[in-house]
Amino acid sequence: MQLVSKVKEKFPNLVLETLQQQSDDVIVVKKEGIRNICSTLKTDPEFRFEMLMDLSAVDYLFWEEKEFRFEVIYNLFSLSKNRRLFVKTRVPESDAVVDSVVSVWPAANWLEREVWDMFGIQFKGHPNLKRILMYEEFKGHPLRKDYPYTKRQPLVGPVN
Amino acid sequence: MGKPVESNRKVSESRSMLLNIGPSHPAMHGIVRLITELDGETILNADVEIGYLHRAFEKMCEQGPYNNAIPYTDRLNYVSPLINNIGYCLAVEKILGITTPERCQYIRVIMSELSRITDHLTCVGATAMELGAFTVFLYMIKAREYLYEVIEDVTGARLTISYARVGGLKADLPEGFEKKCLWAIQETRGVLKEVEALLNKNRIFVDRMKDTGFISQEDAIAYGITGPFLRSTGADYDVRKSQPYLVYDKLDFDIPVGEHGDNLDRYYVRMEEMAQSMRIIEQALKQMPKGDIMVDTKGHVIPAAIMVDEAKMGRTQDFKNARVDLDPTLEGTTKGFHENVYSHDKRVALPAKEDTYGNIEGLMNHFKLVMAGHGLRPPKGEAYFPVEGANGELGFYVVSDGTDQPYRVRVRPPCFPIMGALHKLLAGEMVADIVPTFGSVNMIGGELDR
Repeated sequence: MQLVSKVKEKFPNLVLETLQQQSDDVIVVKKEGIRNICSTLKTDPEFRFEMLMDLSAVDYLFWEEKEFRFEVIYNLFSLSKNRRLFVKTRVPESDAVVDSVVSVWPAANWLEREVWDMFGIQFKGHPNLKRILMYEEFKGHPLRKDYPYTKRQPLVGPVN
Repeated sequence: MGKPVESNRKVSESRSMLLNIGPSHPAMHGIVRLITELDGETILNADVEIGYLHRAFEKMCEQGPYNNAIPYTDRLNYVSPLINNIGYCLAVEKILGITTPERCQYIRVIMSELSRITDHLTCVGATAMELGAFTVFLYMIKAREYLYEVIEDVTGARLTISYARVGGLKADLPEGFEKKCLWAIQETRGVLKEVEALLNKNRIFVDRMKDTGFISQEDAIAYGITGPFLRSTGADYDVRKSQPYLVYDKLDFDIPVGEHGDNLDRYYVRMEEMAQSMRIIEQALKQMPKGDIMVDTKGHVIPAAIMVDEAKMGRTQDFKNARVDLDPTLEGTTKGFHENVYSHDKRVALPAKEDTYGNIEGLMNHFKLVMAGHGLRPPKGEAYFPVEGANGELGFYVVSDGTDQPYRVRVRPPCFPIMGALHKLLAGEMVADIVPTFGSVNMIGGELDR
């Protein structure tokens, strides 16, 4: 049985969609269930995704068919079973808050900080959600599509 | 963290001290800031601050055509830029669903492995130098220089190489490559032997590397650490073996693993990986499909500049059969070479320069690929492609909206998770251990901050 359908069977209410993207397995889940699903995917002996390889987001502002603004992408990898799974969750602009998965994988700490810094998506329950690549005084979130790439801001040094 | 120092406190009362290391510090390999909380010489806590080298790589990739991102990828990991180039191209090729010719794949493997060796040489050399072994640094940089010369012969540059293209490579290997490459490998082997003799039983080196910068396998996995760092803890995860790409499955090599997860094991893993990379290169050179392209340039050779002049005057009738003698630093390649290293897919492959300058179909094909609003257009979709970078899994996540510009390019930089775990590596260690531990992290500012 395929990996994505197994996940769907386990969480019939939370998984919105399963798809094959090139050769990769992708599941789209509801925003509310992300921490629940992630911790099951990590600990359940059937899945055992011990590693959070990457966590990133895409801003779909200029993409007409997509009615949501952001998509957060969790790139999970299972060392013991040698397989990869992409978990996506859709985030509207009006409620750009996702549950943090730092308690599941500590790797998410910096990755979530980067997504907050670049896209302005908040992670509820993150222990230290502050900017990571930009400086604290920076205004706006540079990887959002409505942030012009030519925009300049004065560089203000760190406070302490 | 620490409270402000009050002058009227009793001297006997112990309190921790804040020590700021970096952002501009010779041991910080670029610019990164460590704020450490010390009790005497023991580190209680460390706060790592990054972002000083942020150049908006991901944002800039969205602003131009697909091939325009390649020079940016050179500047991610500037010690092994070829792997970045190739990783990005593989990700875009995955969306397009094309595979490159076999010779191109072998060349990509050879160039990746050369880069891996230069990266490890720099890392081990710099770490050893910071521990006082300056000779080792000089020897290793000498070996790196031989390899850089080989890379320069192929790509025309030592560092900002921009060699890969979506669908192929800029140019084929130059004449005499195999001989020079094998010679450089032989020299590097000699250097590694000398370095091992200098370091492996060196009391100072071993004492400072052993049992410092320790991380357990569970922690390394939880923090998403890959590459030599993870392998030093005993996990044998290597993208080249577990999800083989290019022609790695046709090559025979081993994955060295450590046991203890400390700095010394990481040194051993890196040294052995260089030996394995050299094995890969030797095999790839033997297995690479040869073709007649290496000798066939004599005969109808015309220098490219003359050809362009002739074409301007309309004398183009003989160009279809002619071969151009192009400088390898120039964009493009001669026709015979071209077919071997470039995909035959007209959607992505720039035509050979003979065709561009010689006939209208080639010219139109060229313009269709480079003009704004036309260009290389992958179908709507997204793809993640992981390759084994010198520091670990280097992944590119590319989203295409069907236009000639990427909608989003995300890099998974391999040293980012390691830096995220650095506070864990440092806590409980001595101040002097920061230097070897930080050295073995092999932080590369370009890919860390993008």
